[in-house]
Amino acid sequence: MFEEVGTTTEGDLIINVGPQHPATHGVLHLVITLNGETIKNVEPHLGYIHRSIEKMCESLTYRQFIYVTSRMDYLSAHINNHACAMCVEKGMQIEIPARAQVIRVLMDELTRIASHELWWGAMAMDLGAFTPFFHAFRERESINDIMEETCGARLTMNYMVPGGVMHDLHPNFQKRVKDFIQLYKSKIHEYDEMVTGNIIFQNRMKGVGIISPEDVLSYGCTGPVARGSGVSSDVRKLYPYEIYDKLQFDEVLETGCDSFARYMVRIREMQQSIRIIEQLIDNIPEGDFQAKTKAVLKLPKGEFYTKAETARGELGVYIVSEGGTTPYRIKFRSPGFSNLSALNHLVKGGKIGDLIAAMGTLDLVIPDIDR
Amino acid sequence: MWSLSNIATSIDQWLNETFNPTLALIIEMLIAGVAVIGLFAMLGLILVIMERKVSAWIQIRLGPNRVGPKGMFQSLADTLKLLVKEGMTPGGADKLLFNVAPFVAMIVAMLLMAPIAFAKDFQLWDLNIGVLYITAVSSISVISILMAGWASNNKYSLLGAMRSGAQIVSYELSAGLAILAIVVLTGSLRISDIINAQADGWWIFKGHIPAIISFIIFIIAVTAETNRAPFDMAEAESELTAGFHTEYSGMKFALFFLAEYVNVFIVCAIGATLFLGGWMPFHIGNWEAFNHVMDYIPSSIWFFGKTFFLIFLIMWFRWTFPRLRIDQLLNLEWKYLLPISMFNLLLVTVIAILGWHF
Repeated sequence: MFEEVGTTTEGDLIINVGPQHPATHGVLHLVITLNGETIKNVEPHLGYIHRSIEKMCESLTYRQFIYVTSRMDYLSAHINNHACAMCVEKGMQIEIPARAQVIRVLMDELTRIASHELWWGAMAMDLGAFTPFFHAFRERESINDIMEETCGARLTMNYMVPGGVMHDLHPNFQKRVKDFIQLYKSKIHEYDEMVTGNIIFQNRMKGVGIISPEDVLSYGCTGPVARGSGVSSDVRKLYPYEIYDKLQFDEVLETGCDSFARYMVRIREMQQSIRIIEQLIDNIPEGDFQAKTKAVLKLPKGEFYTKAETARGELGVYIVSEGGTTPYRIKFRSPGFSNLSALNHLVKGGKIGDLIAAMGTLDLVIPDIDR
Repeated sequence: MWSLSNIATSIDQWLNETFNPTLALIIEMLIAGVAVIGLFAMLGLILVIMERKVSAWIQIRLGPNRVGPKGMFQSLADTLKLLVKEGMTPGGADKLLFNVAPFVAMIVAMLLMAPIAFAKDFQLWDLNIGVLYITAVSSISVISILMAGWASNNKYSLLGAMRSGAQIVSYELSAGLAILAIVVLTGSLRISDIINAQADGWWIFKGHIPAIISFIIFIIAVTAETNRAPFDMAEAESELTAGFHTEYSGMKFALFFLAEYVNVFIVCAIGATLFLGGWMPFHIGNWEAFNHVMDYIPSSIWFFGKTFFLIFLIMWFRWTFPRLRIDQLLNLEWKYLLPISMFNLLLVTVIAILGWHF
């Protein structure tokens, strides 16, 4: 499964991309061995923003540690919180009120759209088109406004708590979400006109960064990266949590195995998320938004694992409890890390421009990889 | 009627009456030199603010709006900033080549100003091989980029320079062949002849199919030659951070920047001259009355209007298209544009010989 590290010969060019580079989406450091413009090897170096989040979590209580996880994959903060809250609830065996479940799913799907919007703009920017970035932010901005009104934060939300959500929805919520859906539907054709249908864009994406379904499994890729190669991996479908099994939506699968397939998966996933939101927005059940829990939670002795589908793939939360108020050990299985491990496989033999295109379709968020 | 050529003529007359002919000529040359430098600086200021406004318009932003009315003085502020920045030379760089490169880029851009007709009878040098001069001189600009990339002692710069070399040298062929199509139709390399030949209609209309093909090829090729997106392989900020000018700072960077903008102006001016009649107003065949009305608009406005229209087109490309990959870029040139433009040259020759144009 592991490829041999490329050997450097006379005349090879070693180029460092990152940690401060416009295309590394954070502080990723890539050591690239080039023969002319052709890539011989790519070695990702991590560790530039390591904050030992897992270690920090061990000294925080079960209510507190969830806040830290918003700082991991900051584009999927809600879903990170969600996965952690579910793990604690599993340990405590807390029943979640129906209203809280619906609110959680609504927030997750809004987060997914916001994340894919940002990815779409950043992806186009990686390929040298600057304008889509601003257009994507126009839509993302209205989601951020909804988030701000609901939980006071625009990026690192801390809304999901063990037992439900922190407080009830803002009275404007339904109207704002409906407005957003209207806005989104009136703008989505611009995306296709500006980027998807562009001949240069298609030439840059098709046949670039190919990964076979077998390699997807052996590298442990999840999320849109796996689904772009036709591998079914949607946690929402395979291991439904909350109310996902009662909702009508499709798992988006593409069979191209290339960058364009991964691109199309995300574009179509946004539409599926809109579909989910449309089903829920008029049917938010009345009732409590949080189950009654104690102020200080104590998990029974044992090991607990839950997973959720973030915008980037499968996020696993593994808690080992010794019965105290803080976890004994926490481990996150982050989607970005496994997806990044396939990078060398994706781009070897391609041109340096392909590296940027293929890396863009992995949708890397560095704090998610480098916790 | 007020016109640029009247002003030029009266200055010439006054100088010749006041001084002896040699001295008058020297003074005229000095005035011309200062005028070119002044135009250069003006174009830099105008095109920078124009680019920022066009990009803001496309990107649903406001753009610069704080410095001066509607941000008009933004590029003056930018210039000031660039002037006071430290011009660094990286360690291990070839100092001479590194520092000379931006000036080479500037000088080439300035030389290209000579044969351009800015208005009726208003031209620095109407030499009889004007078009040839432009194609020849413009190819020197690649040297400045190669010098900059090589001398920077930076791998990004080196890659950018090598890309640029491959790119500019290739696309010059298509640009040259596209230009040649108009030369064949006109039968002259002299800029003033080409413009006068369009007195009864611009070549893009008169030359119909081959002229339109060569116009499209010309626009694509000059976008590539000036290193503008979607062909900005030499800079490619997402791959090479800034390519050949990664190591340039302050005024040295600004000179490259300025040269790029002036080059854009020049290629658009040439495009406007060859295909859209240069300063020639919009004339239709022998509709005397209509043509006469059109003549009331000053020729300089026609020239700058057409040129800025083409500049706007090239800016529009930049802010909407993604960037090509280097091998796709060369494929496009060698496998598509060059064969098409060669065929088009054949077509235009046949049409010119048989007189099948308007």
